[in-house]
Order: sequence, then C-alpha cells, then structure tokens
Amino acid sequence: MDIEETDQVTGRRTTGHIWNGIRELDTPIPRGILLFLIVTHLFAALWWLLEPTWPLGTTYTKGLVGSDQKQTVEQNIAAAASARQAWTTQVETLSYDEIRADEGLMAKVRSNGHQLFGDNCAACHGRDGKGGHNYPDLTDDDWLWGGGPEKIAETLTVGVNSRNESSRISQMPSFGADQMLERKQVLDVAAYVYSLSNPESSTASNIGSIEAGREVFLTTCASCHGEDAKGNADVGAPNLTDNRWIYGGTIERIIETIHGGRQGHMPTWDERLTPLQIRILALYVNSLGTEKP
Amino acid sequence: MGQLTSGERQLGVVVLVVLAIIGIAMAAGGRFDPIGIHGVLVLVYSLALLYVLFSQAFGPEPDASRFASYYDDPIKVGIGLTLVWAVFGMFIGVWAAAQLAWPSLNFDMAWSSFGRIRPAHTTGVIFGFGGNALIATSFHVVQRTSRARLADQFSPWFVIFGYNLFCLIAVSGYFMGVTQSKEYAEAEWYADLLLVVVWVTYFFLYVRTLARRKEPHIYVANWYFMAFIIVVAILHIINNLAVPISLTHAKSYTIWAGVQDAMVQWWYGHNAVAFFLTAGFLGMLYYYLPIRAQRPIFSYRLSILSFWGITFFYMWAGSHHLHYTAMPLWVQNLGMTFSVMLLVPSWASAGNALLTLNGAWHRVRDDATLRFIMMAAFFYGLSTFEGSFLAIRPVNSLSHYTDWTVGHVHAGALGWVAMITFGAMYTLVPSLWKRQRMYSSALVEVHFWLALIGTLIYVFAMWNSGIIQGLMWRTYSPDDTLVYSFVDTLLAMYPYYMARAFGGLLFLIGAIVAAYNVWMTVRFVPGVVDATADKPLAADAHDDATPAPAE
Ligand code: HEC
Ligand code: HEC
Repeated sequence: MDIEETDQVTGRRTTGHIWNGIRELDTPIPRGILLFLIVTHLFAALWWLLEPTWPLGTTYTKGLVGSDQKQTVEQNIAAAASARQAWTTQVETLSYDEIRADEGLMAKVRSNGHQLFGDNCAACHGRDGKGGHNYPDLTDDDWLWGGGPEKIAETLTVGVNSRNESSRISQMPSFGADQMLERKQVLDVAAYVYSLSNPESSTASNIGSIEAGREVFLTTCASCHGEDAKGNADVGAPNLTDNRWIYGGTIERIIETIHGGRQGHMPTWDERLTPLQIRILALYVNSLGTEKP
Repeated sequence: MGQLTSGERQLGVVVLVVLAIIGIAMAAGGRFDPIGIHGVLVLVYSLALLYVLFSQAFGPEPDASRFASYYDDPIKVGIGLTLVWAVFGMFIGVWAAAQLAWPSLNFDMAWSSFGRIRPAHTTGVIFGFGGNALIATSFHVVQRTSRARLADQFSPWFVIFGYNLFCLIAVSGYFMGVTQSKEYAEAEWYADLLLVVVWVTYFFLYVRTLARRKEPHIYVANWYFMAFIIVVAILHIINNLAVPISLTHAKSYTIWAGVQDAMVQWWYGHNAVAFFLTAGFLGMLYYYLPIRAQRPIFSYRLSILSFWGITFFYMWAGSHHLHYTAMPLWVQNLGMTFSVMLLVPSWASAGNALLTLNGAWHRVRDDATLRFIMMAAFFYGLSTFEGSFLAIRPVNSLSHYTDWTVGHVHAGALGWVAMITFGAMYTLVPSLWKRQRMYSSALVEVHFWLALIGTLIYVFAMWNSGIIQGLMWRTYSPDDTLVYSFVDTLLAMYPYYMARAFGGLLFLIGAIVAAYNVWMTVRFVPGVVDATADKPLAADAHDDATPAPAE
C-alpha cells in the first residue's frame, strides 16, 4: 500500500509505503552519523597508509611505519631479557651460598620463582608447594632426594622415574602383589610402620603383630628405608617415622602402599626449562622448606 | 500439521521413509561409532513424525478457504521449540558457568565435562533457541509484510523439523565427544549435510513467498532475513568442507589447513555473529519494534545505510579474531580497520531503533514487552561499540583470550539476541494464537527484570574478570619478570565466576517464566472475537487459490 502522510509526533513525511501497518519516515541521515562515518573511514585510511594492510598478489602494502609483528615480538623478548640480565647473570655465575647470602638477589629469585613454580609445578605440587595426595610436600624441609639447592636442582634436571637417561629411580616394590610377603606379613609390617608415627596405636592386643612386623621390616625394608626407618636419600626412600605421608598415613593406605608398591613420577625439566630457570626454581623450592616463618 | 493436502501428506511420508532408511543405514554401518547411535536417533525421529502424519493421513482434504489466511501452524511449533531450546541451552550454560567456579560439578563423567557441555550450550542457545526463533519469526514477518501466504505447506515443516533434527544430532554428538573442533561449527559432516538441504529449502521457500507478495516494496525486515539466509548458507558450506574418514564414521577432517583453516573458521565465526546473530535478529527488530511501539521507523534512509554497511563491512572483519597469531599482520590490520568502519552502520541500526521510540516512550515505561525490545536495541549498540573497540589491535592485546571476550559475547547474546527474541515472542504469541493478551503481564515484567539484572551481573562480572586477567598476565615486576602465574589469575577470577553463574541463573529463571507464561496464554487466555483481523486482504486471497507444488 502506498499512502504518503505526515507523522504527528515528528512532523516528518512518511515514505508512503505501508506493510501491515508499519510505516517509515523519510528522515534524512543525521549529520552526526555522516560525520562519524567520515571519522572512522579516515582512521582506517590512515592505518592503511601507515601499516601493512592491502594484499597485492604475492606481496602486500608495507605501510610507512611498516611494522613486522615477528620482529616486534623478538625485539620485545630480547629487550626484557637484557633488562633482566642485571641480576640473572649473578644467579648464573654466583654459587648457591653466595646467592642465598644476598637478600636483595634472593627477593628477585623468590618473586620469579613463584611465577615459574605456579606455571610449571603447581599442577602437581600445589600452588603453595604443600603437595597433595601422591605428590610430596616441598615445604616441610624433609627431602626424599636430599635438601639444599644442588640436590634439588639435580632432581629437577633429571626427574624421578622420568625418561631422562640419568633419571633418579624410585622403586617401592609391590610386596603383596608380587608375593614377596604373605598377607599376614604385609598386615604386620603395616601395623609396625603405622606405630612408628602413632605410638599410641600399640596396645596389648596388637603388640604381637607389631613385633612380628618389626622383624619383617628389618629383613625386608631396612635396606632402603634404614634400620631406624628414617629413610635414605640415595634411593629416595622416605622417612617413615615423621607422620608426613605422600600416599597417606592411614593404616589402609599404608597397607595399600606395601601391597601394591609405589613409583612416583616427577618429570625431567632439562628440556623445558633453561639452566637459569632451574637454578631459580631450586633456590625457590629450597627456600619454601628452609625459610618458613 | 492440519491443512496438509493429501499430496503433501504423501510427500511427507516419502521423505520420512527415506529418512528412516538413512537412519537404518547409519545405524547398521556405524554400529557403535557415534554415527551409529545417531542413526538410531534419526530413525526414531522419523518414525515419530511418521506416526503423527499417519494419525491424520486419511482425514478429509483441507478446504480452499485456507488460502484466505496466513499459514501459521509451523510458526506455532517453531515458537514451542524455541522455548524448549531456550530452557535447555541456558540450563547447560549455567551448568558450564558453575563448573568454572566449582570444577567438580562435572561429577567426574566424560559426557558432562566442560569441553563437551560448552558446545552443547552454545549450539543449544545459538542454533536451538536463536535459530528456531529466527525461522518462526521470519515465516511470520514475510507473510505479514508481503500479504502473502507461505509459498507451500510442505517446506515450512521440512525446514522446522529438519533444522531441529540437525540441532539434536549436533548437541547429542557433543556429549559423546563428536566434534570438528571448529567453534560454532562443531557438528560433524553428516549433520552439516542435512543442514545444507534444510537451508536451501528454507531459502527457496522464502524467495518464493516474497515473489508472491502483494506489496510493491520489500520491507527492511525481509532484506535482513534474506541476508541471514543467504550468507549463512555460504558460510556453512565453505567452513564445513571436510572429508569423512569413512561413510560409517562420525569423524572427518577439514579440507582447510594451517593458517587458511584459521582464517576460514573465523571468517565463518565472525559472520555467524554478523548474519545469524545480527542480521536475522535485526529483521526481527524491524518488524516487532514498530508494531509494538505503534510508531513509524525513524528513517528509511538510515535503514538503507546500515543494511549495506553491515552486509559489506562484516565480511572483512573476521581476522580480528586472530590478532597476534601466526596470521600475517596485514590480514589482521585489514580486519581491524574494517571492524572500525563497521561501527557506524551498526550504531545507525541501533539509533534507528531507539529513535523510532520517540513518541512512544510512555509505552516503554508501561509495557515490559516494548522495554525488552528497547533494551535489546540498547545492548546491540553497546556490544557493537565494544566489538569494534576490541578489534583494535592494541586493545585486543589486553582483551584477547580473556573473559572480556566472553562478557562481550554475552552483552550481545543475552542483552541483544535473547531480549529481542523475548520481546518478539510476547508480541507474537497472543497475535498468533489469537488471544486477547499474554496470560500474565506481571510475569512479563518479572521476566524483564530477571533478564536485565542477570545480564548486567553477567556482563559486569566478565568485564572485571577479563580486565583483571589481562592485566595480571602482562604485569612485570621491577626485576623484569612476570609477577603472576596462571593459577594466580584463576584465583583472582573465582569471585567473578560465581557472580557470572548467578547472573546466568537469573536469566535462565527468566526464560522458564517466559515458557510458563506462553504455555498459560495458549491454554487459558480467551480468544479474540474478531478473527478476521491479521489476514491477507480478502480481495487478493483468491489469487492464492492455486496451491504451489511442494518441493
Ligand atoms: C607430573 C607431576 C609433577 C610435576 C609437574 C612436578 N613434580 Fe616434582 N615431583 C613429583 C612427584 C610424583 C615427586 C615424588 C617423586 C618420588 O616419588 O621420589 C616429585 C618430587 C619433587 C622433588 C623432590 C622432593 C624431595 O623430597 O626430594 C622436588 C624438589 C620437586 N618435585 C620439585 C618440582 C618442581 C620445582 C617442579 C616444577 C618445575 C615439579 N616438581 C613439577 C611430581 C611432579
Ligand atoms: C627398593 C627399596 C625399597 C624397599 C625394599 C622398600 N621400600 Fe618403601 N619405599 C621406597 C621408595 C623409593 C618409596 C617412595 C616411593 C615414591 O615416593 O613414589 C617408598 C615408600 C614407602 C612408603 C610410602 C611413604 C609415604 O610417604 O606415603 C611406605 C609406607 C613404605 N615405603 C613402606 C615400606 C615397607 C613396609 C617396606 C618393606 C616391606 C618397604 N617400604 C620396602 C623404597 C623401598
């Protein structure tokens, strides 16, 4: 339908078309919009002039500024690295003891270590390094493979049970599943291990079992965990007397460990992190355990 | 499916039998591959529809008086499906949001893990809710603004049921882990093929209906619906070109590789936003806004400017999704400049809508439905400004990969797309079912505030979260090292993730209220007396009396 008329509210003419009651005003395009249109187009044109934009067959317009994003990124990375150099060369060249004595340098190490740890290690060891089920606590200054930055750096570099050729090997055999011990022996030795950190658990009724377990321990376990059960950092055997557990300290979990064995897996980092980053992390992780308030 | 002629019913039976056979073949060939399970789904779907068809197969021929009125039955079904998908898709969305705050809410099951429910949410809301709304309203608008009945009675049903089968296959596939790993185009090759057939039918139905129009001019809403239909077809076909590993496996590999693949994907992705989520819904806006406000469109010239601006500039802008990637810099720059130029046509549309309300602001105050439409236009303006802004490379270096993008999308999806849809639904439902009014205008009011508050909470939470996230990622200490690790940023996000889930929950409750209100309207609100309104002019009705051959 075509009926031109004037709209009461705006005083504008309609275009005359009507669709199911819908009309349109013939309002000209507002100035502001045209102006705005020109501004955005000028902006675009200016950008085309300055920066690479239009394709030309096999090449493209380079623009007066002619940025290249790959170069920009490389330059930025190099600039940041050289800005860092002031202190990173110190970390690379000074000995661990010298670094630890330098409080200013350690502050930088801790701050960078926090970020590196968060991005690489927190997934297993937790954001605060306190570990969790199946992953050791790194803040208790109680080390499977020995404390101090050197040992820790070595652990990081080669990993544990990793695919690195010189990986540390951690083997807690599966005594029950491989039938090295009978079921009763497993239960006895578990009761003994449990009693080491929970002395109140030994009562008149189970003292026999604990005693039998002690025998088993001395013959079967002491070679790795030591006669006093305080562990051995050479084979990564944990201290079993301190009530700090990787795999859980309830009697059930201990039985599970002895029955099925445990082989913790810690990746090797020498391919993914630079030697500098490993040094920073070693110092950082060491400080988690030794510098607790 | 009343009014079908016996010829159309027979055609329906043939198509459904063919579909059932395809289903059996997929099930037999695919066996325990997901395509086999989808074969069973296709079979059950076609048998269910066959049952419905047969239950009226031997009814009398419809009488010719039907040509004197519009063909609205498929629209009614489309509206029902729109609301079902709305509730489903938004529920999955709230669930996904909750998983980000409380990850264990995936209950340790594969099908409910975040990576699977996330596309189920996006497909559910964009294609399920948005797509059904677009199809239903486009059928309504094209008939009213052309004063012509839909060109035939078979293809609208084919489009609606075919389209929903596509959505079902897509969403159920994601739960089984089926995906092409292309955002918003996750559905695998066989679902994509189905959609091509459906979409081409839709296109021809639309053009044929337009060709029968009794109006000398084609109304703006139809320009937008046409752009939506044509461009989505092109995008869908090109981005989904893929080679299945075999005809009995769900998996396929795209023919695009490397950076070209990325470019094609985001050319698709961005124009899906442009032509599905923008052009289509602008079509909706251009019809239901003037109808509800009872005002003429502010400026015909502005409509022309924004239509051609939007259709032209959007096509170039996709590469702004790939700033600072392996994509050559010149492509990024080109996309960025076109995104900036796109701003004015977008704002021209939003402005045209808001200025149309001059002389109707008292209605906006009193009528929550019109307020939905007004808010939609407002959010459209807001999110298009934000989009152009985020496309500027230096801005993007802060926002890219952060929640800011998610906030931007939802300003558009909740604020614009969903609000215009609900505004259109509340206008359309009473008129389509010939009811005096919606069952409860108080519930419309409640829905409006739930939707608005939910959207604001969502968007503000994501703005905060995204900007904090972006800043934390780039914070350097005086020692020239990064200060925060990724997990540190996650902890900072936590409160915002909870807020976002809450905002989304409000929006979902709103959608449930809407579904209830529509149901009650259809069931219990008395009909209007004047049933002669809303019909093509009686004088012209006679020309329509020759039924078009079904496709
Ligand atoms: C895939 C999980 C995983 C990741 C990632 C990981 N670790 Fe470990 N880490 C372990 C496990 C498991 C052990 C215990 C190995 C064993 O049983 O001896 C371990 C042990 C260690 C130890 C030895 C503890 C001791 O008591 O001697 C140190 C030190 C350590 N990790 C530091 C790190 C650092 C630093 C990072 C990040 C660069 C890191 N870890 C990343 C799993 C992981
Ligand atoms: C071959 C050396 C070896 C022998 C023999 C051995 N262990 Fe172990 N054990 C280990 C190592 C290494 C670990 C640490 C495993 C890890 O961290 O993944 C370990 C871990 C454990 C743990 C878990 C500690 C925790 O923190 O969760 C228990 C309990 C344990 N051993 C008990 C025993 C008992 C009881 C025996 C004797 C029946 C025994 N082990 C014999 C090497 C050994």
